Amino acid sequence: MNWRAIQALARRDLLVVLRSKGILIPMIVLPVIMMVLLPGGIALFAPAIADAPGADADFEMMLQAMPPEQQARYAAMSLDQVMVELLVLHFFAPMFLIIPLMVASTIAANSFAGEKERKTLEALIYTPTTDTELLVGKLLTAWIPALAVTLVSFVLYGVVVNAAAWPTMGRVFFPNLMWMVLVIWVAPPAAGLGLSAMILVSAKTNSFQEAYQIGSVVVLPVVLLLLGQVSGVMYLSIGVLVIVGLVFWLIDAAILWYSARIFHRDEMIARL
Amino acid sequence: MTPHLIITTDNLTRRFGETVAVDGLTLAIEAGEVFGILGHNGAGKTTTVRLLNGVLGVDAGSARVFGLDPTREGVAVRRRTGVLTETPALDEKLTAHENLHIYAQFYDVPAAEIAPRARQLLRDFELDERAAEPVGGYSKGMKQRLALARTLIHQPELIFLDEPTGGLDPVATRRVHDLIRRLSHDGQHTVVLCTHNLAEAQKLCSRVAVMEQGRAVALGTPAELARSLWKGVRLEIELEAATAATALDALKRHAQARQVTWDAPADEPTGRASLWVSEPAALPDLLAALVHAGGRVYRFAPQEPTLEDVYFALHEEVVP
Ligand SMILES: Nc1ncnc2c1ncn2[C@@H]1O[C@H](COP(=O)(O)OP(=O)(O)OP(=O)(O)O)[C@@H](O)[C@H]1O
Ligand SMILES: [Mg+2]
Repeated sequence: MNWRAIQALARRDLLVVLRSKGILIPMIVLPVIMMVLLPGGIALFAPAIADAPGADADFEMMLQAMPPEQQARYAAMSLDQVMVELLVLHFFAPMFLIIPLMVASTIAANSFAGEKERKTLEALIYTPTTDTELLVGKLLTAWIPALAVTLVSFVLYGVVVNAAAWPTMGRVFFPNLMWMVLVIWVAPPAAGLGLSAMILVSAKTNSFQEAYQIGSVVVLPVVLLLLGQVSGVMYLSIGVLVIVGLVFWLIDAAILWYSARIFHRDEMIARL
Repeated sequence: MTPHLIITTDNLTRRFGETVAVDGLTLAIEAGEVFGILGHNGAGKTTTVRLLNGVLGVDAGSARVFGLDPTREGVAVRRRTGVLTETPALDEKLTAHENLHIYAQFYDVPAAEIAPRARQLLRDFELDERAAEPVGGYSKGMKQRLALARTLIHQPELIFLDEPTGGLDPVATRRVHDLIRRLSHDGQHTVVLCTHNLAEAQKLCSRVAVMEQGRAVALGTPAELARSLWKGVRLEIELEAATAATALDALKRHAQARQVTWDAPADEPTGRASLWVSEPAALPDLLAALVHAGGRVYRFAPQEPTLEDVYFALHEEVVP
């Protein structure tokens, strides 16, 4: 494995992303809205939400799905505090996964389909890199920045929600153990999901936009988690997250194994 | 002494579905040559380059490049080749410097050597003034020169140039030609030049293979090809227009003359006849016959056969 070539490839693909405003801006704006503005506002106004008519009934459903000891904990807290915890710790957990998914799939769309669209693959294939090196370089190009953005978002989210909810909570309540599992165990394979979906899509399309649009279906599992939780069907406990993470890792492994089999310059050039 | 062969192919074949892109190609290319692959669109030039660099698999036959099998040892082959692709395929968001640096790393050029080499190439190719700008803003000619510089950054022994002047204007074309000539003169490089431009092949190549539908239909130096495939001579004659009629009759009656055409612009004193003469030996006789018939000859010019004549002869568009 020629790591120098892999690094050069990653550097090149990232420079292209950094210099493409159309790709870069959504990648910054979405995490800022989702993980800073939205939660900040919600944490601030959670007490008002708790007072809204009908809110009790909605959150009753989420509470019902929780284990008894959690319900007992909530019984000892004020309604405002329960509201903040429900929103910040539970409601936003699946949303958070959208960030690694989105960042990884955006970079991967640029790196795989965008490469074809810009017709730069033609020169790249003549370099003395192996097919595996090209694949690894492109995977890392999407995966590592996705994890970096995820981590930064996580820290920002923590600072914002703790600060905004301070009047209600009066203590640092975030992150809890469940969020640590989410960030360490579930977010990395979620990024993998975003990028491996994009490899599959990019094999069939030659345009960044098209790949990006088709590839956005990968947020579906996250939306399902979100719905499942809000509707009270499931409670995102640590156990559930461990399983969700495991499933993501397995799907990643399967798609990766398949990608390594289709990612040959012979085939790519024959399809140009 | 037998020349050192850099590339040999034996019955090399590659198909795409029904299309046979390269069909039983057998070639031997010597060290230091500028070898032309001449053929029109779809002849199989690019596919040949891909096969020889091991980026496309071979369906039948075999190839050796530096004695290596490109299919199995593609990485080792590509380390020593440089390929200028049909489109420059530059990273347009990156600067000329960045384009060269990144490719130097792909080819594992020692870190300390990258900057001086890049600087030298940019200077040689007259790109140094705008080397810090994104390549997207370059003219076509500049992009082509940068692509050529990138092809040379790792100092390859064997250089493939796939239509290096496609889409360039005459000035840009001349500059690229000069660069290619400079490369071939130092004796360190072997060049494989793919082109459909006959004049280019004639000007730059030591030997040419004419390719058609994946097959090499002719092979030799430009002059050899012209001579072997072109028995006749194209002749151009300038005659006084007023007295041309009888002279033209004499030409048309001559046993060795064929396809006589006559072109006399209305208000000019002379016109031009053009014809094929099947035997060069008949030329003095033809001139005598012209003069005898009262023709007043201003110019009598047998034409050297060009690669173009050969090319069209091969494609049966002109029957000499
Ligand atoms: N990836 C591919 N898939 C299908 N057919 C292909 C592919 N690559 C080449 N061909 C076919 O193989 C033949 C040779 O193509 P090739 O590109 O080698 O020709 P060329 O001489 O380089 O032509 P041009 O002057 O247009 O560049 C053509 O008929 C082409 O359509
Ligand atoms: Mg071609």
